[in-house]
Formats: sequence, structure tokens, C-alpha cells
Amino acid sequence: MKYRKTMGNRMFDIVNYTLLSLLTLACLYPILHIVFASFSDPARLVAHKGLLLKPLGFTLDGYKLIFKDNSLLVGYRNTLIYVGLGTFVNMVMTIMGAFVLSRRDLYFKNAIMIVITITMFFGGGLIPWFLLMKDIGLFNNLWAMILPTALSTWNIIILRTGFQAIPLELEEAATIDGASQARILMYVILPLSKATLAVIFLYYLVGNWNSWFNAMVLLQDRDKFPLQLLMKEILVANDSSATTMGSAGGVVIDSAGSSTAYRELVKYCTIVVSTIPILMVYPFLQKYFVKGVYVGSIKG
Amino acid sequence: MLTVRKNRELHSGMIAPKRKNTGQIIKKDFKKNWFAYLLAIPVIAWFLVFCYGPMWGVLIAFKDFKPLLGFADSQWVGFKHFIEFFEGPYFWRVVKNTLLLNLWGIVFGFTAPILLALMLNEARNSRFKKVVQTITYMPHFISLVVVCGMIHIFTADEGIITQILQFFTGKEYSSLLGYSSMFRPIYTFSGIWQSIGWESIIYLAAMSSIDPALYEAADIDGVGRIKKMWHITLPQISPVIVILFIFAIGGLMASGYEKIILLYNPLTYDTADVIASYVYRRGLREASLSYSTAVGLLSAIINFALLWATNRIAKRNSEVSLW
Repeated sequence: MKYRKTMGNRMFDIVNYTLLSLLTLACLYPILHIVFASFSDPARLVAHKGLLLKPLGFTLDGYKLIFKDNSLLVGYRNTLIYVGLGTFVNMVMTIMGAFVLSRRDLYFKNAIMIVITITMFFGGGLIPWFLLMKDIGLFNNLWAMILPTALSTWNIIILRTGFQAIPLELEEAATIDGASQARILMYVILPLSKATLAVIFLYYLVGNWNSWFNAMVLLQDRDKFPLQLLMKEILVANDSSATTMGSAGGVVIDSAGSSTAYRELVKYCTIVVSTIPILMVYPFLQKYFVKGVYVGSIKG
Repeated sequence: MLTVRKNRELHSGMIAPKRKNTGQIIKKDFKKNWFAYLLAIPVIAWFLVFCYGPMWGVLIAFKDFKPLLGFADSQWVGFKHFIEFFEGPYFWRVVKNTLLLNLWGIVFGFTAPILLALMLNEARNSRFKKVVQTITYMPHFISLVVVCGMIHIFTADEGIITQILQFFTGKEYSSLLGYSSMFRPIYTFSGIWQSIGWESIIYLAAMSSIDPALYEAADIDGVGRIKKMWHITLPQISPVIVILFIFAIGGLMASGYEKIILLYNPLTYDTADVIASYVYRRGLREASLSYSTAVGLLSAIINFALLWATNRIAKRNSEVSLW
């Protein structure tokens, strides 16, 4: 595109860059605020009003408190199990589904496709789903965090599109060399679909890390709770009968310094501790986003 | 399953088999593709259990389901629960809230990422662009629980958003989540905060594939940048906009109940309670299983009707449609 240094162009750029910078700040600041607050001296933090541009004092007390408390560590462990096992099951199942739907010559391919796509538009709703989970024994069972979310129709379709983009000749050549379908999948299709695999891996990983609703509805024992559900109790305590507005929070942690100020500090620290791991994953996979999102929503 | 109609031929890879005895064809197919069918078994089984199972369970909407009696022995009651919902005091409240919250979402939430993409597309400094993108993607990775926790913190009595609001309006506020008039703005704008960057990716990708010759021709004619956005960029990405719009409408009745459950409280029920949160509360917290299944079924039907209608309109007026 040609670019002339006219008055209008310059004005446009100034306005554009300013707006973009403000938006970026608006996206970044709340996160920084939380991080700064988590290191702040709780007494000064409570007294403070307005923006936080750096930590007020410096203390690690909040972090010490949350790691002294066993329940959060157990939550961490559970989340790691659910994320690890869950994402593995997700990937295996999605690869299988996508492989089936990417076969061009399958007699029942369209029938299978119809069975799968109908579920994108119709569902039974929350209550029938819940009753079914109870009937098949997933209530208060750790598989409740893995099986009901084992597949996403959307991701199958994204991956299928990725598989179909591989030139047919490659597969034909492998077939002539005597490779079975299993070998073709393992040694031709999967290695050539790394970018798409990375994208759906990221989707599943983030989804599993952040999921809480199934846990809230299906899990009862506290020692099975994932991190997010404990976070909900610490941060958001409004759906209980004892509704205390806004500023409240039924803090689970009952250690030495459970004064109001420390309670606030603990909130900030738990947010940081539960969010850092997932934020650390995404720069590594960022280069695949554009491709994945685009394939997923347009060509699917 | 998505089709941009002009490309339809490109996507159909099926080669019609020669007419033979169907049984023979299937036998041959199984022999050749047994591995694919083997992999299909767990996938289909999963869909049958976890997606079709609940669909069957919807029948309890027409029964007085008692967990102790089980499905078979519970009594059929026809449309009793639907009528109860229609005549009940909450019908208009939850329908109105569902529609309004989604209207807000479409007016503000749907357009925001398009605007961001337009602005980013005009930014020439690629380093700056990259930084903006990296930072605006970030909130997408923060869990809903944490985002709602942050909202609770920032809108508390002394929270930063409460203070900013006080500064600009000169009024005193206590916790903002206690005002029913605040619920829709908080819900909508926190949603934009979380998803604006992520959702702009797709529009940006669409913009990057616009033929530069179009802009060059406009440059020769001396067209300004805002006019170029309006007359070239937007029309060129309109298929993407239409598809995503259809999806937005399709999700109208179902959307966002997890977030609502995390943010609402009895003080804000009159603007915050939507069909899905009502189903959750009545069904799982108060154990009115059949009643809330009926409510859920009703909203699913309305939802599909809306999706179907939008798709039909899109099909008639542009080349883009879902099916």
C-alpha cells in the first residue's frame, strides 16, 4: 500500500496509535494491578486508594500463606492430573475422529458426519445431562473431569480440515510402498499436521485448566476439587445462601493471619499462582494461533 | 459444514462409487477401511452416550420425574411444566434478560473485535502491532473464575472501577455488583476485555488476504483511509462477519451462564437472571428437575429457530450461510 505523508494521514495515525495504546493498557493494567497487589504490604494495600503503579512495600507473606495451606496444593495436584490425563484423552479421541472424517472413500462417512454435526445444534440441556452423569456413575468420580469433555465437535472439524489439506499423493505413495492406514496416520498425517495439532492441543489445554463448572456440579469431595473450583470459593462466594455482597469472600484459608487485610492479599496471590502457568504456555504456541483460528472458523 | 456457496464444488471430495450391490460395496469398504472404522467406534460411542443420551433424557420435561421412582415409573404429565413456566412470575424476567444481555453483546461485544482489527490493520509499525496483539490476547487465557474474581475485587466498595466511576459521576457507590442497573455493563464490558484481542485474530487474517490491488486502485483515485476501510476492507471481510454473526445469534439463548452464575446475586436477579441460570438454579439447587428441563428445552427450541431464521436471511441476502 502506498503511504503519503499528508496531514490527514498523520492525524489518522496519531488517533489510531493513541486508541490502540489505550486499549492495550486497559488489557494489561488489571493484570499488573493484581500482580503488584500480591506483593504489597497488606496493611498499606487496604488503606490505598486508586491505581497501583508498583507494589506497596514488598512481602511474600501472601504466597507463604497459600502454600502453607494444604487445600490449594491438593487443588493444584488435581488440576495437573485432570489437565494431563484430560488433554491426552482429548487429543487421542480427536485424532481418531478427524482421521475417520478425513477418509475420502469411507462408505459411511457422511452418516458419521451427520451424527456428529447434529450435536452442534441440539443438546439435551443441563438437567438431563446431569441425571445421565449420575446414572453412568460419574457423580463424584474423577472421570467426571475427563470423559464428558473428551471431545469437542469443533476441534474434530478443525483437525479434519488440517488432515484434508495434506496432498493425497503422499498417502497414495505410502500405500504403494505397502504402508497400512495406521502407519499412514502415524508417519505421514500426524507429522504433517503439527501446526493444527498444536492449536487444538492449546484449546484443550486451556479449556481443561480453566474448567470448573463440571467440577462444581459433579464433584463433592473436597480432595477431588480442581484449582479453579477452590478459586471460585476464595474469590467468588455469591451463589451461596449467605450472600454477602461484593467485597465479601468465604476464604477457605484459616491460617495465622486471617485478618481482612491478609484475606485480600491471599486473593491476589491465588490469582497470580493459578494464572501464571497457563499464561506461560501461550507465547510458545502463539505463532500457530492465526492459522488455527482461521482454519477453524472459515473453512471448517 | 460451513459453506461459502461459490466454493462448494471445491469442498466435496466424494467420488460416487459405481453402482454395485450395496452389500458388496459395504463389505469391500469394511475390508479396506477396517482401521478407520475401528477408530470410529469409540468416537461414535462417545457421541451416543454424552450427546445423544441427554437428548433422550429431555423426555422428563413431560413427566413428573422423581429420582426415587426412576424414569419409567415417573408419571407423564404432558405440557404441565411448560404451562407453569409460561404462567409463572419469572417467565418475562428471564426471557427479557436473556434477550437484552445478548443484544448488548451483539451491539458492543460483536463489533468491538472488528473495530480492533480495522485499527490494527491500519497500524504500519509491525513491532507495535505485535506488542498490541500479544497483550490483547492475554486476557483470553485467564480463566472465567479468575476474571470474575477480578471483577469482584475491582467493583468492590473500594475497588478501582468503583473509584473511577465515583470520580466521573461524583456519586457515592458501594459494591457495583449490588446494583441491578450495573449488571449489563459489567457483564458486557468485562466480556469485551477478555475476548477482544482473540476474536480480532480471525478478522485480521481475513483482512490480510485482501487483494492489495484494490487499495492501490483506491490510492490512484485519492481515496482517504477511512473511506478505504468502509468501502474496501469491510465489504471484503463481510463473509467472515456474516458467519460469525450467525453463530452469535445461534448462541443467543445458551450463552454465558457460567459467567452469570459467578457474577449475579439475589440483588441483581431482576437484570441478571437469564433462562440458563434460572434452569441451573431451579434444577440443580432446588431440584425441580422436570420443570427446569422443560424451561431448558423451550429455550433450545427458540435458539434453533433463531439460528435457522438468521441462516435463511443470510442465505438470501449474501452468499454466505451455514448450510
